[in-house]
Amino acid sequence: MDLQYFAELFLGGLTRGSIYALIALGYTMVYGIIELINFAHGEIYMIGAFTGLIVATVLTFAGFPTLAVLVLASVAAVVYSSCYGFTMEKIAYKPLRGAPRLSVLISAIGMSLFLQNYVLLAQTSDFLPFPSLVPDLAFWEPYAHIISSQEIVIISVTATVMVLLNLLIKFTRMGKAMRATSQDREMAMLTGVDVNRVISVTFVIGSATAALGAVLIASHIGQINFYIGFIAGIKAFVAAVLGGIGSVPGAVVGALVLGWTESFFTGYISSDYEDVFAFIFLVVILIFKPSGILGRSETQKV
Amino acid sequence: MTPLIEIRKSVLVSIWFMFLTFPIMVIRVNTVENVVEWRWHNMIAIGAGSFLLSFVWRYMIRRKEQGIRRQREGAGPRLSIFQRIGQERRIFLPALTLLAVAVVVFPFLVSMYQVNIMTTAFMYIMLGLGLNIVVGVAGLLDLGYVAFYAVGAYTYALLNHHFGLNFWVCLPIGAALGAGFGILLGFPVLRLRGDYLAIVTLGFGEIIRLVLENWNEFSFGPSGISNIPRPGLFGVAFSLEAHARYIYFIVVALAVFTIFMVNRLQNSRIGRAWLALREDEIACQAMGVDKTRTKLTAFALGATWAGLAGVIFAAKTTFINPASFTIWESINILCIVVLGGMGSITGVVLGALVLVLLPEYLRAFAEYRILTFGVVLVLMMVFRPGGIVSNVRRTYQFEGPDSGDK
Amino acid sequence: MKRFVCLTAVVALAAVFAGTGIAADTIKLGVGGAHSGDLASYGLPTVKAAELVVKDINAKGGILGKQVELVVEDDVCKPEVATNTATKLVDQGVRIVLGHICSGATKAALSIYNKANVIAMSPSATNPELTQSGEYPYFFRTIASDDAQARLEVDFALDTLKLTKIAVLHDKGDYGKGLAEFAKKFLEADKRARVVLYEGITPGAVDYSAVVQKIKRSGAEAVIFGGYHPEASKIVTQMRKKRMDTVFISDDGVKDDTFIKVAGEYAEGVYATGPRDVSKNPLAIAANKAHQDAYGAEPGAFFLNAYAAAQALLNAVEKAGGTDDHNALVKALRTHLVDTPLGQIKFDERGDAIGVGFSVYQVKKGAYVEIQ
Repeated sequence: MDLQYFAELFLGGLTRGSIYALIALGYTMVYGIIELINFAHGEIYMIGAFTGLIVATVLTFAGFPTLAVLVLASVAAVVYSSCYGFTMEKIAYKPLRGAPRLSVLISAIGMSLFLQNYVLLAQTSDFLPFPSLVPDLAFWEPYAHIISSQEIVIISVTATVMVLLNLLIKFTRMGKAMRATSQDREMAMLTGVDVNRVISVTFVIGSATAALGAVLIASHIGQINFYIGFIAGIKAFVAAVLGGIGSVPGAVVGALVLGWTESFFTGYISSDYEDVFAFIFLVVILIFKPSGILGRSETQKV
Repeated sequence: MTPLIEIRKSVLVSIWFMFLTFPIMVIRVNTVENVVEWRWHNMIAIGAGSFLLSFVWRYMIRRKEQGIRRQREGAGPRLSIFQRIGQERRIFLPALTLLAVAVVVFPFLVSMYQVNIMTTAFMYIMLGLGLNIVVGVAGLLDLGYVAFYAVGAYTYALLNHHFGLNFWVCLPIGAALGAGFGILLGFPVLRLRGDYLAIVTLGFGEIIRLVLENWNEFSFGPSGISNIPRPGLFGVAFSLEAHARYIYFIVVALAVFTIFMVNRLQNSRIGRAWLALREDEIACQAMGVDKTRTKLTAFALGATWAGLAGVIFAAKTTFINPASFTIWESINILCIVVLGGMGSITGVVLGALVLVLLPEYLRAFAEYRILTFGVVLVLMMVFRPGGIVSNVRRTYQFEGPDSGDK
Repeated sequence: MKRFVCLTAVVALAAVFAGTGIAADTIKLGVGGAHSGDLASYGLPTVKAAELVVKDINAKGGILGKQVELVVEDDVCKPEVATNTATKLVDQGVRIVLGHICSGATKAALSIYNKANVIAMSPSATNPELTQSGEYPYFFRTIASDDAQARLEVDFALDTLKLTKIAVLHDKGDYGKGLAEFAKKFLEADKRARVVLYEGITPGAVDYSAVVQKIKRSGAEAVIFGGYHPEASKIVTQMRKKRMDTVFISDDGVKDDTFIKVAGEYAEGVYATGPRDVSKNPLAIAANKAHQDAYGAEPGAFFLNAYAAAQALLNAVEKAGGTDDHNALVKALRTHLVDTPLGQIKFDERGDAIGVGFSVYQVKKGAYVEIQ
């Protein structure tokens, strides 16, 4: 019984961690390139969820089959979120290159407020039910009480996305350009890297990941409103920092550690102080490893 | 650039935005009632709006770039109007007197509502100046500043509830406890820098709020503490209006005190040490500045003002619960500091006035209030990244013997 | 930027003058509550209710020959904003207020109203202290307080369902935790059942699987949940997905059709307490229809409570012969019965409505059905 309880908490934490990870990946990539805490990243996630819902509903009314709806809604969410991410960078961050970093942060906060209220006014303040796009498979039924098929999809998508992003950064030309930009923007420019393009691509990839996460998570939770991005964003941000902000595997490790911490703490102690414990844990980790679990420890140079 | 190219650009922008806002603005699905609503008129509005705004946007960006170029070519940064006033002693003193008279007369001329929101604005001046010590002067990004505000508010509320201590006794206690918590936060984060510091302070703010929410026996939990007395004056019975004015004057006095203190601090030995720490930690240590002590005093002194403001907050609203101390509050105060101009006292004062009064006067926009606020934040930062009053770094020019007689 | 400052100054000045505008001879009904922000969906239906009632009354020639004018102010459900909202209403000569929405904001606003002798009536603030502490003599409400609801939930679980092991959960919020504490207290006072788990969940979290596992492990036969429908639907869905058939009993915050739509098939069988069923009351039918006609949508949360409150307030003005004498208004509210969509109501000494009852509902075939 106790082992089973442990296993269930473990799986619960794994799902939760994977959810955080899908959002944290975008955070960490943007941070890696331009050292900006992109406060509006959660809002991109939220817009992905809304676009997915709108497209899915319209298609369902038009009589499309479930699988087509799932695919098309995800594609639409990814495309639109990427476009929003791209536009946001052009409007709110690009004119601020070279400005104090805190100014960019405030600009991001402004963007976040704007997007939240834009969706609130254009759509609704109520919670909307999100259809379950991943069906409960019949053959999985005997194990469904342990882990549902949706949870399996979330976990595997997270793993796939992480591996793909890692490959992209390690082996493609674009990835090389990204790494160069993150190390030294001016030097990268001198060697012929189109820095503006690299930054745009980073935003597009980060937003696309968030949107993919948005559709899967919303379909798992079953409801969305305009405020979901903020709460999820804060947690994802914590996860990214915990893992070492700027590092792709770090974001996933940080998210999983956070997910398990919360799950086990709730399971064995109390959910009253779940977040308190998560934050204390973060502080303790950072005291011993000031740049996160997988972060490179930077030597300060004079 | 020819007008034709300009128009083509704007058309492209307009098409892009029509595409971008299509699902959110045009379609509205209600999955509760299963209806889809198509709102094509929104698309036309967006298209036309973005077409026109894109001209304005490009014009503004060009002007901003010209400004930067001009600066590079010489002349140095232009001083803002406030700094110029500050340097002209002849204008500065009368202007200050006029301002002082205006502040004193103000509550007798306008309605109670106006007095109340001005009180709030002055409270935020205190908060902004306090956070300015940590963020603007010492360069430590603090996203959990609201925690100290909460400490102050709960200090008064709880001490009053259990021991009947009055406002004036609690004011210094609140400040002292704020400072204490500042040091408490300061210790674990001494080694952290930049955004790691930001997230830990954010966590600290949330921890305080969650503890207040969960620990019912101590803080009465989420239902909060009500009927906190407003500040008294030797047992004089006030009417509602008189009380609003009385609190206003207390806050004004404290805000003036804050401005005075922070001004003195910035020019003191410790103030210089903060600036040095912000610019270069290692060089600073090499010059013999005690890093630990300097950072801790920054946290402690910053938190003191939040503690003070918290006590006033509790006395003004007469009811507090943990919901008032969310991360949004920290963000709001941070916006004051950055929007006003980091490190500049005039800037922070103006920032507080704009950030508190703007949403109140934007009430006319009703539901578009926060939307507009977000837009203003972005535009402010894009076109004036240094804030309203960008702080001019203090420089010393060495004038050698041969340059002296030029 | 200078232009921006100038603009702000101009707007500020304009607002100063607007604030001290000329008072026409109307009866002003203030409406305070969350009209923006994340809790707007709880506050906006009240504004619509007030608009409909006022439109109705003005069409019939107003009260005492005067037209009724609405003064709507947003408080975002924050206490610190609510005091400003309240002073703004008082400044504009408002003597009767419909609101506020959240208990915390209401308490903060009442500190102003009490001193200014303004009558406030909330459609939704359920905190027991508001009426039971005796500190707010001019406060009334058209909704039952938290302890009454908790009592009903506990009685239902013990007497009707005969449960013995109960888990009590809440969302750590003002409303949810207050209710859960009462439920826990009532259960502990009773020998028939045991509280096997008492926990606060984190609102807005992405999933609650750990809490759900904990419920399962505690062996609870039922969960009593204090909070709102977004969290409730997540918990219920996850419990059912884990193939648990634990009974779920919750409150007014969950007795919302959105809950059923969101939780879908999993909502089936859930119990929730809510105001007594008034769907057969002709006034309620008329009010809902008026809303449908005017705004083209179903009314939102607390709409009927707000409708009734607006009617009760304006009726009291008529009976008291104006808004000048607050004692006469209080007396009118306590003595005269008003026909409202909630039934015939008047108010007791403490300010709670007499005639507004609570019932237990169960979700059956995708709709809440009242249990007799």
